[in-house]
Amino acid sequence: MSIILSDISKQFGTFTALNHIDLEIPEGELVALLGPSGCGKTTLLRIIAGLERPDSGRVLLNGEDKTEHHASHRGIGFVFQHYALFRHMTVFENVAFGLRVKDRKSRPSEAMIRKKVHTLLELVQLDWLHDRYPDQLSGGQRQRIALARALAVEPSVLLLDEPFGALDASVRKDLRQWLRHLHHDLNVTSIFVTHDQEEAMEVASQVVVLNHGRIEQQGGPSEIYDNPVNSFVSRFIGHTNIIDTEQVDQIWLSSSGLMPTDASQKVAHVRPHDIEVVKDAEIPSQAVLKDWQHLGSLIRIELVETGLQHFKNPIYAEMPNERFKQLQLDRGDQVAVKIRNARWFH
Amino acid sequence: MRQSYIMPGFRPTLGFTLLYLGLVVLIPLSTLVFKSLLLSWDDYVHIITNKRVLASFRVSLSTSLLAALIASFFGFIIAWVFVRYSFIGKRILDALIDLPFALPTAVAGIVLATIYQPNGYLGQLIMDVFGVKVAYTPIGITVALIFISLPFVVRTVQPVLQEFDSTMEEAASTLGASRLQIFSRVIFPNVFPALLTGFALAFARGVGEYGSVIFIAGNLPYVSEIVPLMIITKLEQYEYAGATAIALTLLVISFILLLLINLLQLWVRKRSGQL
Repeated sequence: MSIILSDISKQFGTFTALNHIDLEIPEGELVALLGPSGCGKTTLLRIIAGLERPDSGRVLLNGEDKTEHHASHRGIGFVFQHYALFRHMTVFENVAFGLRVKDRKSRPSEAMIRKKVHTLLELVQLDWLHDRYPDQLSGGQRQRIALARALAVEPSVLLLDEPFGALDASVRKDLRQWLRHLHHDLNVTSIFVTHDQEEAMEVASQVVVLNHGRIEQQGGPSEIYDNPVNSFVSRFIGHTNIIDTEQVDQIWLSSSGLMPTDASQKVAHVRPHDIEVVKDAEIPSQAVLKDWQHLGSLIRIELVETGLQHFKNPIYAEMPNERFKQLQLDRGDQVAVKIRNARWFH
Repeated sequence: MRQSYIMPGFRPTLGFTLLYLGLVVLIPLSTLVFKSLLLSWDDYVHIITNKRVLASFRVSLSTSLLAALIASFFGFIIAWVFVRYSFIGKRILDALIDLPFALPTAVAGIVLATIYQPNGYLGQLIMDVFGVKVAYTPIGITVALIFISLPFVVRTVQPVLQEFDSTMEEAASTLGASRLQIFSRVIFPNVFPALLTGFALAFARGVGEYGSVIFIAGNLPYVSEIVPLMIITKLEQYEYAGATAIALTLLVISFILLLLINLLQLWVRKRSGQL
């Protein structure tokens, strides 16, 4: 089911949570609403679900205006950040809830409910826990039960609020992959909210970046990463070195290859992997290798400027492990810096 | 291996608990038992099966149960309003709820009797509209008991409703549940154990209540005499053994009823995974 939001605004007292949001989500996508805390992403999700009323604007699900529809009549599945499992019911009853509350005409038979619930519990690989209560489960298990419960009513849209927020790192990694596969198998239009850009890039097919109640950019993960439309998106997605050309020595700039092409370009955003570090006595050095960190396949290098004029902040460069070994770099080395690629914002 | 606690003092606190229970609860109650043991079994049965005494048991237990039920119903609604909505004067109303705790029960009794008597403000109105006499009947007793026991229900249910995770309601709503279904299947089961506790407290208070009841009850034999009144009557006639016999019987009945309520509560909690 496609989702169209047009001109959605929401105000909490004097705080503007959402400011004229227009968003179109085609059917079958797995979309991440990404933004810093307080940017309105959860509010937007709750408005789509019907848990919150927008001050203005319309919510169209599959072309149908559902703005005035109650949450129970929208055909959406919602997974809450803290799962909101019914603590007085067993896992089985939790998942069966959505089927049991259907009116008599559309309610499946008890045998059908049983079958369906067990199928869903097998889908989330937790059928063996069916007679436990939520309090007896771990965070990751609760998360998956909450998902199974939401899927039981066969929603045409699945909404997940910070689905991995409360889980520890290793469980989170597994569940991310699992959600991606699940989405691939079920192909239900899904939106999840996250403040973690890595998570958004890893899981989503579409990323919507929000800030201060506005959409900054919408696009595929690589689109957002490679072509950020403004400095906020550039800074928020991935690591970025920000170099203000007015505060850095011009000679340094030209020797590192960072030259603005016109006068309006003042601030350069440079990805760490776009900085090449060279250790060569022939080339005059522009920086000192202050420290380096091991990030698995990559090495992150912290550079500070030599001479009198210091950067406000150190510059970070990244290079593959092998290259780092090849160059035989170490702390305190004088190195030359070549900037391969930069994005300009003002 | 000994379990280690962050806060020390298991022994002294347990010791104090036992001492307290002994001094304040067990010794007085066992005196009650010993005193009634002075009676022979036949005398005991004779006192208890006295028609007037039996009638008072009927009045006391039925009015207490009814009052506890009504107080539970309205207490739940009051707690709900306090937790769910904010309105002007909420804090004042919230404080008013506790008033029956603090008010001398006799004062409450006299006030209730005054307004509910046949020519009192409310008594007359109810008489005119419904043709029912409130004061000097079991209805009057029930009214007094509701007044006394309401805060017990409100104060036990309120914190539980306050703690209730309202995202459960939202979850139920997104799963297609109607408002009625959300209340009956999600909210109520979570609050029910607390409501049962409130009911039990209200009932226990009602069975033992004396001061607020005697003025409005009218104390007509066979109609509106309550058990505590029978005990006082016996005491005034220096029939100490008789008084303790009635008191002991009331105690045992109350204890059994409270035990049943507790068992029901245990069952509810077990069934809803809270244990």
